[in-house]
Amino acid sequence: MKGAPRLLEQAAEPILRPVDTFRTVLGRELTLAYRRPADFLNPLFFFLVVTSLFPVAISPLKETLMLIGPGVLWIAVLLSALLPLSTHYGQDFDDGTLEQYLLSGQSLVAICIAKTVALWLVAGLPLVLASLVVASSYGLGPTVFGTLSITLAAGSYALCALGAVAAALTVGMQRASALIALLVLPLMVPVLIFGTQAVSLEATNMVSKGPMYLALAVTVLAATLCPFATAAALRISME
Amino acid sequence: MWTWFHKLASPPHFYRLAGLWIPWFLGTAVVFMVVGLYSGLVLAPADYQQGDAFRIIYVHVPAAYLSLLAYMVMAVASLIGLIWRMKLAHAVAVSAAPIGASFTFLALATGSLWGKPMWGTWWEWSDPRMLSELILLFMYFGFMTLRSNISERSRADKAGAVLAIVGVVNVVLVHYSVEWWNTLHQGQTVMNSDAKMPASMLTPLLIMILAFSLFFGAVMLQRLRGEVLLREGGARWARRLANEQAIEGAAT
Repeated sequence: MKGAPRLLEQAAEPILRPVDTFRTVLGRELTLAYRRPADFLNPLFFFLVVTSLFPVAISPLKETLMLIGPGVLWIAVLLSALLPLSTHYGQDFDDGTLEQYLLSGQSLVAICIAKTVALWLVAGLPLVLASLVVASSYGLGPTVFGTLSITLAAGSYALCALGAVAAALTVGMQRASALIALLVLPLMVPVLIFGTQAVSLEATNMVSKGPMYLALAVTVLAATLCPFATAAALRISME
Repeated sequence: MWTWFHKLASPPHFYRLAGLWIPWFLGTAVVFMVVGLYSGLVLAPADYQQGDAFRIIYVHVPAAYLSLLAYMVMAVASLIGLIWRMKLAHAVAVSAAPIGASFTFLALATGSLWGKPMWGTWWEWSDPRMLSELILLFMYFGFMTLRSNISERSRADKAGAVLAIVGVVNVVLVHYSVEWWNTLHQGQTVMNSDAKMPASMLTPLLIMILAFSLFFGAVMLQRLRGEVLLREGGARWARRLANEQAIEGAAT
């Protein structure tokens, strides 16, 4: 009996600084994504297909496309970025990594932030870049590229942060993707409103700074608070 | 005070007390509702712009108010449940959700009935409050769907609580973002210094808000009793209660 606690102590990994935890997990996630490119290619292909259906379904006229462009791009990015969420914690749950994360005693919030950042780099950023290509095909000129890419980058990060909470809440559930969409999309409304407004204003040569800053502010709020909610949700889901 | 509070949190005690309170809540709610409806629909003068159509405000505003209040109740109860691990708090959150969703639906339905004669349309996408009520409805759905997808009750309680707390931040954000985005809805009528509502119109509205709140309290307590019984089904007091009622039922 006496030896037991010491044995545990020896077996335990040293507690890292949160920054190091962050770096380690981020590296792992990016390596995994690199080895499994389907994870980030699927949302990208989905995005390209969806955005090319809109001109076919609504109207190929440049005036119409310029009008609906910002909203279409935003919604397509949101829906595409939803796709990888069900496996975001699901895969780690299935192979037992998640359990080890919780048992490791490392900062769970740091792990959550790392996973969110990795998700954004892998699934969010390519969508932002692709949206610039699609935007120019819709007739939205280079003048909107700045606002479009900044707000979309912020918006997709907010989606990753909020989506991580939903993914953590639904970990271990069968067919969680529809539920994740129901949980996340209402939470995205503020960013969506300000983001699309900023792009639309910019497209009609008006001042877009106000809504853009508000979109960024809401994103900062989501980015800072969501990891704590995600960590709490993971603890609950793994009880 | 604290002992009273602690006693209240004990399920059998709460169950009994709630049973005693419900008739009072319901009775006063009915009285206020009759008074409020009579003074609102009959005594209050017709609006000089909107005519008699404005009278729907006596259902619309209390419903909208309670749709938000119920979410607040849900979020605060969830916070209490997560922090102090109070079982009754989670039961409160669970019971508040469907009531809040119903009030949200009522607010939307009466709002669109009001919108038809006033704005000429059932649904106006550019109206901020309609949109934020709709989002609120989706968030109630999300809370209830999440819970129903988790079979283990204590896990469902906590997961729902996290969602409710994240959601309450969103309710506030959505409210202001849609407000700044677009405004067609008539401004606040109750707490507005520019366009004051005359007392003959305002008093019935306040009475109706009170009546709706009491009604909410009564339904809430009734649902809570059911929820407590569901959770404590195996406990000795619940089984004794079931036996007593079975005997009573056999006697009558």
